[in-house]
Amino acid sequence: MDVVASMFFVAGATLAVLAGIGVLRMPDVFTRMQASTKASTLGLACLLAGLVIRRPEAWVVIRALSIAAFTMLTTSVGAHVIARAAAATGCLLWEGTRIDERPSDR
Amino acid sequence: MLNIVIPLTLMLLALAAILSFARLLRGPSLPDRVVSLDLIGVLIVGLTVVTAASTGEHAFLDVAMVIALVSFVGTVAYARYVEREGRS
Repeated sequence: MDVVASMFFVAGATLAVLAGIGVLRMPDVFTRMQASTKASTLGLACLLAGLVIRRPEAWVVIRALSIAAFTMLTTSVGAHVIARAAAATGCLLWEGTRIDERPSDR
Repeated sequence: MLNIVIPLTLMLLALAAILSFARLLRGPSLPDRVVSLDLIGVLIVGLTVVTAASTGEHAFLDVAMVIALVSFVGTVAYARYVEREGRS
């Protein structure tokens, strides 16, 4: 059991480091946002899975499930709100971007 | 095994927070900083969850839940502020 929990912990921490590297290295706001939200949500889910395997008690399972559901719901909403704000304030896209579907009169 | 893995996990999460903090300092625009602050909030929740797993203290999970809630509200508030400032 400890081996499985350790694997989940290491996977979650690796995903978090990948999110950090992505936020530091990606070229513009929108690509940084996808690196951060996707990897951090899955990484937190892995950490919570490791916690549940390490301590299989009713208290822990209920709290871990509610934290996971809450982050899955709110991270996407938060990313959408930030992306809308960034698009409205006219953040520059990376020069390699092929398709820009924003209306051009802004 | 877990007494090696848990400090390793905490160090990797702290490394991710340091990388994200570098973006917070450098970030050319305000939305970049909001994104990196959001990531730091998620990483703090992860640190609290790992601490709860290593100590077995139930209170840390409540702390993690409250931090997740407050971080979401903060992100939405920052985004509204950015949008209003950019339009005016």
